[in-house]
Amino acid sequence: MQVLIPSPLHGYTGSARVQARGATLGALLEDLDRQFPGIRFRIIDEQGRMRPHMRFFINQVAVFELDEVLRETDEVVIVQALSGG
Amino acid sequence: MMAKHKTSGGVVLLVATRKGGWLFHSDARRQSWRVDGPHFLGHIIHHMVLDPRDGRTLLAAAKTGHLGPTVYRSTDMGSTWKEARQPPAFAPQPGGTGRVVDHSFWLTPAHGAEPDVWYAGTSPQGLFRSEDGGVSWSPFSILNDDPQFRAWMGTAQDGTPDGPMLHSVIVDPRDPKHLYIGMSGGGVHETRDGGQSFTPLLGGLEVVEGFDPGDPSFHDPHCVRLCPDNPDRLYQQNHCGIYRLDRPGDQWQRVGRAMPEAVGDIGFPMVVHPRDADRCWVFPMDGADVWPRTAPGGTPAVYGTRDAGEHWQRLDQGLPSAQAWWTVKRQAMNGDTLDPVGLYFGTTSGELWASSDEGAQWTCIARHLPEIYGVEAAVTG
Repeated sequence: MQVLIPSPLHGYTGSARVQARGATLGALLEDLDRQFPGIRFRIIDEQGRMRPHMRFFINQVAVFELDEVLRETDEVVIVQALSGG
Repeated sequence: MMAKHKTSGGVVLLVATRKGGWLFHSDARRQSWRVDGPHFLGHIIHHMVLDPRDGRTLLAAAKTGHLGPTVYRSTDMGSTWKEARQPPAFAPQPGGTGRVVDHSFWLTPAHGAEPDVWYAGTSPQGLFRSEDGGVSWSPFSILNDDPQFRAWMGTAQDGTPDGPMLHSVIVDPRDPKHLYIGMSGGGVHETRDGGQSFTPLLGGLEVVEGFDPGDPSFHDPHCVRLCPDNPDRLYQQNHCGIYRLDRPGDQWQRVGRAMPEAVGDIGFPMVVHPRDADRCWVFPMDGADVWPRTAPGGTPAVYGTRDAGEHWQRLDQGLPSAQAWWTVKRQAMNGDTLDPVGLYFGTTSGELWASSDEGAQWTCIARHLPEIYGVEAAVTG
């Protein structure tokens, strides 16, 4: 499925839109990390939690759990909610 | 690492800032500087360190906005960088209840007999080790998970505004298993068995009034340095003054009491002379009332001692004489190993200052940088 990547992570993917696979959001991130080593740790911490200000949307709907089920036709958007000066 | 006494070659300053890293190059005269940067524009760089053992491995501790922390590595003086395959991270705990590294704060190359080994101190307090030159990192020692040390570390509520941190990772040049570490908060500790156990080293250190100096929780070492030519001597800039420790003794002496009363002995950084253990330098800041931690009276000065802290000399030639309310962070002051020693510091207002004559005369070599977090000086060539 198509995944939209935020600009701070383009250094890993080289582009804003990439293809990845996974039955869940967590599996999708594992697949992204296989394709782009190191990308998962920048957005998921060592305890398996989404890092603060990292947001995930499936078909425009915000999700907060890595076991969220995905279908092949879904579109996943990863957003870094910028804040601060 | 023992410092090498060099009179030739060049110097590179590794300047870590809140918005990226810069390298400043000069020859041994240190009169003019060539700027190289920014590297990692927009990334928060807490520390950049060149490995003195090979003279070419350069590590940078980075965090990027809200992305997780990482370490970058270069072997061509920053022309190209490669991210660590496994950055410092705490061990996963069941249910996701474990701690999370917010950023790597302090990088230390290990003993010369362990050529690819590095240590990293993190925020919150954690100690990590790489055995492959910074490519992959693992939790190191009992510190990270020991219940007693966890209690002494406190919580984010107890830490500095930038987060509680483990810093001042010092390797005894005579023994790779003998390390010192500082924790803000949590105190100074040493291990003689390669991290299997740590012992608090707090004798003589003061704490904020009303608290128990016997409890490491209340100790806040800001920067600890070991003298390269006498590894039995350490100096420390603490939240509560400037101290010297001569081993095998275990009682710190508050040598900052000899500082002028109007200046005081509060500050963050500590720099030791590479070849004379009686000499060190500090950058005093205001610790009165609400602790501004700016240059006292708005008149910045480095202070140096030539007699192990018995007396201190003000070194301010070339620095502003008024209305300069500078703050210099604990990693933002450093010296090279040339003769005479070059001294360098960076301010949170983005100015980089240098002295090629051990502090006698100061020159501003960069303005308008982002907030400076770290300045490391390395001799090259």
